[in-house]
Amino acid sequence: MKRLSEERTKVLFEKLSKYIGPNIKLLIDRPDGLYCFREQKDRVYYVSENILKLANTIQSENIVSVGTCFGKFTKSGKFRLHITALNYLSPYAQCKIWLKPSAEQQFLYGNHVSKAGLGRISENCDKYQGVLVFSMSDLPLGFGVAARSTAECKLADPVTSVCFHQADIGEYIRSEEDLL
Amino acid sequence: MVVFSKILEKEAEGAENFQPISVEKHLELDVDVGNLLAVDNNQFDGKLLKSNKEDYFLKLARDNTQILINHIWSCPIKKIDEVIMAELPPPRIVLPRMKRVPKPRALTKWEKFAKEKGIQKKKKAKLSWDAQLQKWIPMYGFKKVKAEKTKNWVLEVPQNSDPYEDQFKKNTAAKSENVAKNELQRLRNIAKARKIKVPRVGLTNPDVSSAKDLKAAVTVAKASTASLGKFQDKLPKEKDAKGISAITPGASRKRKLPPASGEDEKKEALTIVNDILNKRPKLDIDRVLTQRSQSTSSNQKVKSSEPTNKSKMAKKPKSGKGQKKGGKKSGGRKRR
Repeated sequence: MKRLSEERTKVLFEKLSKYIGPNIKLLIDRPDGLYCFREQKDRVYYVSENILKLANTIQSENIVSVGTCFGKFTKSGKFRLHITALNYLSPYAQCKIWLKPSAEQQFLYGNHVSKAGLGRISENCDKYQGVLVFSMSDLPLGFGVAARSTAECKLADPVTSVCFHQADIGEYIRSEEDLL
Repeated sequence: MVVFSKILEKEAEGAENFQPISVEKHLELDVDVGNLLAVDNNQFDGKLLKSNKEDYFLKLARDNTQILINHIWSCPIKKIDEVIMAELPPPRIVLPRMKRVPKPRALTKWEKFAKEKGIQKKKKAKLSWDAQLQKWIPMYGFKKVKAEKTKNWVLEVPQNSDPYEDQFKKNTAAKSENVAKNELQRLRNIAKARKIKVPRVGLTNPDVSSAKDLKAAVTVAKASTASLGKFQDKLPKEKDAKGISAITPGASRKRKLPPASGEDEKKEALTIVNDILNKRPKLDIDRVLTQRSQSTSSNQKVKSSEPTNKSKMAKKPKSGKGQKKGGKKSGGRKRR
């Protein structure tokens, strides 16, 4: 398990700040102990220090996963969030979208969210900001990028996509082998 | 006859003084005739050694020398010009050399490359037939120069070049440049063979420099500002040259160690987060426009629905114009 280099830390935090804004601080500065980000084979894991100490006894090439995988660095140096990070993003989300029950399945199959499927949207949502997608019963379903700002959504046609799909919990079944 | 017998008597008397040439030894000597070396492995005689050391050693040395000489005379003997010689066999014991074995000459850069690639040197003919001059011209030397001069008495001016440029001068300059380059490479090879560190000379000729040299030059040039290149823009995917921290201003050769404890790491992460969050937001024109259109539309709505909303549209009250409440004229805190 490697520490993230300063450059990579920056890339990671910039990505996270698109979804949870200043709430990243809450991920780093937790009252229940030390938590940190670690890198293994280009994948970033969010681990408690206690677990990390135990993991350090294992050779790094033998470790498959420790803690929660947040995503991975692509070959071009960008960071891509995985659906496994959803549990940490959803409570701190800045911009949220609630889906109508009829649109839920469409989203969970990897499609974008159209205006017709939009149940609610939080206010002051910018265009191309990271958004968390919930079902109407507040179950986190995934995340994506806002294709329209909140104001534009009001005027949009029902067929226009409101949110571009990035990850959804359907991936746990669809791409099981890629998630680790 | 008397003379002969006298001589023989004298000889016999003299022979008594000589010691015998056959020597008895408990252990055979280890003799290496080629090196004229005999090693005696027998033990010393303790009594004799104590009683008369000097004589004992002298006798021992004589005996051993006798054995060695016996061995020498057992070699094939030749007689050259009245001198009798024994032909010694090659030495059995190999003596170590005094000096170190000389190392083979270090290969030059080209020789190394040629060896790796399996390029072999071809022998060129020293003379070549010149069809134009109808003469055999040597590969180099004054005759070659002469031939070149007679052949190239006129030179073509290449297209897209300055017509007033002296082409002859250009050729000589190129030639001298080449000579200088070869000399530089020769010196560099010597320095490499002797492991001498040669100071960098920077980029001598950007036209023939390698990509690595150019990269290093760019990195150094970018760092050579008053603020050590902090505000120099980078091209996408541009990377700094490595291994030149010694000549890059402001670069330290030491690697920055990661924070030791989890607490330090947390602090460092928080500073990075703060840096990101405190970045001045980009001016998003779309956002501003949408916000403006929103606000104006809401204003219009307000106007249309409640055209006489005095609380919002009324002017700011000014002092001294309103009606004063009667009664109390003073009292309480002065408000300004």
